[in-house]
Amino acid sequence: MTHPQQSGAPPATPTMPDAPARATAGSGGRRAAVPQDPPGPPSRTAFAEGADRLRSAATTEPGRLRVIGAVLALLVIAFGAVTAWQMTDRSNAADDVLHSSQPLSAGAADIYRSLADANTTASSGFLAGGQEPRATTERYDRDIRTAAAGLVTAAASTEPGSPSAATITKLNKLLPEYKGLIERARANNRQGFPVGGAYLRTANEVMQKQMLPAAQDLYTKENERLRSDYADATPYPWFAIALGVLALAALGWTQRRNYRRTNRLLNRGLVAATAASAIVLLWTVVGHSVARAGLNASYDHGVRSLNVLHDARIASLNARGNENLTLVSRGAETKQLPDGTVEDAYDYAFQQDMKTLSAGLAKAVTLADDQTGRAPVTAATGNMKVWQQRHKQARTADDDGNYQAALNKIIGSAADQPTGECFDSVDENLAKALGHEESEFQHRAGDGRNAIAGLPVGAAVLAVLAASGALLGIGRRLSEYR
Amino acid sequence: MIARRLRASLKGWGGVGAMLSVCVLAVAFALLLPLTHAPVDSAPGSGSTRLAEATQAKADTCGKHPEQLSPQPSGDESGPAVTAVKQRGYLSVGVDQNSYRWGYRDPNSSGGDLEGFDIDLAHEIARQLLGDPNAVRFHAIPTNQRIPAIKSGQLDMVVRTMTITCDRLKEVAFSDPYFATGQQVLAPKASGITGYDSSLAGKKICTAEGSTANTALTQDKKNHKLAASTDISTTVPNQLDCLVKLQLGEVDAIVTDGALAASQAAQDPTVELKGKPFTTEYYGVAMNKGAGDLVRRVNQVLVDYRKDGWQTSYDKWLSPTLGTDSAASRPPSS
Repeated sequence: MTHPQQSGAPPATPTMPDAPARATAGSGGRRAAVPQDPPGPPSRTAFAEGADRLRSAATTEPGRLRVIGAVLALLVIAFGAVTAWQMTDRSNAADDVLHSSQPLSAGAADIYRSLADANTTASSGFLAGGQEPRATTERYDRDIRTAAAGLVTAAASTEPGSPSAATITKLNKLLPEYKGLIERARANNRQGFPVGGAYLRTANEVMQKQMLPAAQDLYTKENERLRSDYADATPYPWFAIALGVLALAALGWTQRRNYRRTNRLLNRGLVAATAASAIVLLWTVVGHSVARAGLNASYDHGVRSLNVLHDARIASLNARGNENLTLVSRGAETKQLPDGTVEDAYDYAFQQDMKTLSAGLAKAVTLADDQTGRAPVTAATGNMKVWQQRHKQARTADDDGNYQAALNKIIGSAADQPTGECFDSVDENLAKALGHEESEFQHRAGDGRNAIAGLPVGAAVLAVLAASGALLGIGRRLSEYR
Repeated sequence: MIARRLRASLKGWGGVGAMLSVCVLAVAFALLLPLTHAPVDSAPGSGSTRLAEATQAKADTCGKHPEQLSPQPSGDESGPAVTAVKQRGYLSVGVDQNSYRWGYRDPNSSGGDLEGFDIDLAHEIARQLLGDPNAVRFHAIPTNQRIPAIKSGQLDMVVRTMTITCDRLKEVAFSDPYFATGQQVLAPKASGITGYDSSLAGKKICTAEGSTANTALTQDKKNHKLAASTDISTTVPNQLDCLVKLQLGEVDAIVTDGALAASQAAQDPTVELKGKPFTTEYYGVAMNKGAGDLVRRVNQVLVDYRKDGWQTSYDKWLSPTLGTDSAASRPPSS
């Protein structure tokens, strides 16, 4: 038992030309068998010399056996190495999906949502009068903190000088600017000055025109990174598979040749090599197929839903913000539609956001693949419909000159059946749906990644074993020629 | 001022003056008729006196004194427009909700009711027409919706710092003026700007998009009445946004109606009106062209209001920024 180990271990080093030499060392033919180590005449190249030696060696059976052994070991080691390499890539990419790019994408979505939520909350508080309700102020502060912290996290995982880094810098610059405008708006509102409303509109414009597009950009970029990690993790390792098939074919051919020449059915070394190679190949194909299925499912059932739900949530936040601003600054800004009609700019924006929300929810329902995922989305759709009805009532009241009734319909108490209630329900239900899809994603992507977790190391070890087996088997035959 | 004196002197000459003017008008009418027949077509209302008035408007080329073209005040309430309002029981009035001291909501008052100089006038009109100052429904409308909302019949009237101009007279009817103002410069007290003059050279001025101020500045810059180095490129959707830009240091001065400039100054003790108004304008209550009877009735309200109520409202909302002497803001009495 000690003997095969001694002679088998060295070939693990991938300097293949050495392999047959060492393997045959046990049977004493060392010098003659080393093709690449010739004391050749200086007039000829080492390569030509080696080729000559090989050719002369191939004329005798031991020589042929040595060549075959070398090729077999080379093939099996190459197979193991390529498999380990390709599967490490995929395994790392799968790991990135699970632990890096998806969390970053979710983090970017969180920045996006926090900013939109802060803007919406600021306008709600503004509507309530100079003395803002405590809950509103706290929610606004929390949103700003979340966004600021999220930006730091995003910055930490971004290459300096990349477009994402520029976007993060931009957001970092705009955030205090935005906050300053909101504080000015609050200070003026406290004194009852309408210029407070103008500040709020200015802040809203900074948010809508500069910050939210930047946050969305960041979110899109993180999503692209996620997508590219998916693209790295899922393709079949064709190179490794082809090498595996080739190695198995070579092993089979060698055994058939042995059988023909010696009439011996089994050569233990070669059988072991074949078995080990077959295991690696099977493991690779099956393991990767399972991982691929898991990852694809995590994308289809998790990431796509998450994206749609995030977008819907942002739309709902923006709709709420614009609904508030319609009351804050009714008539301060207008928008002329292509057909010539003129609408209040904020009411128009509200309608557009509602359309986006409605489309997003409809898509989310079709993407949700189980009842737990569908229920909150269906509920949110219901909330949205009530919201639209109540919004219409609020607008009618405002258009009839009944501002107080309109205000109550937007931010009033439960007895007024305000749209705020509907918005909160939509937001809550979307948060619930997002939570579900997030765990769905974690679960499936985790399964996928686990399916190929041990593969790179396993492939390497088994390939070394297989190469040893092949060399041992050939060595056994060679020893018969002494 | 000149206009008022002119009118007074005309009145003094009485019949002679009237005869003379009728002759002049007849000649003017005859001369203008071949050029355009629009004046006759677009004459509002009916009856020979109205036709004469409308003709006078065109013959006067309107340009100088559009504020003098409103029909005579009348307490008569039998006309169709007034009857319709009375039957409905409330007035629909278009107002602003963002003009401090003119039409705005105090976020800290409980009902969120609108208040200001314009709002007081609307309440007064409701009181006289319907016997209840609160028989008003206020609609906060954007600047560019004032005329469409009247023409569509959505509103009875607009009381929203609306300047009486010839262009607008083609589309809506105006009451007699209820406030006199003019374009004016607003700048920080500490700045070296002294008014609408050479001190604006090299300064950045903010105006509202499509406003009278913006048109005036563009004209004056072309005519070199304004220094070439004055930057007038900053325009905003709403005049109040100019105050934001001024406070943020993005512009050096604001040009807008003196009345609105005063409303801005009331929100910021560090800025003030600089120099005298460089135009003369009058605010009027805008109404539908077909509602001649309502216009007359509102003019009657204004006659009474000028005697009693106007000064009280002025003292309450405007004297802190426009000064206790209201003479410059008082509309000419017709």
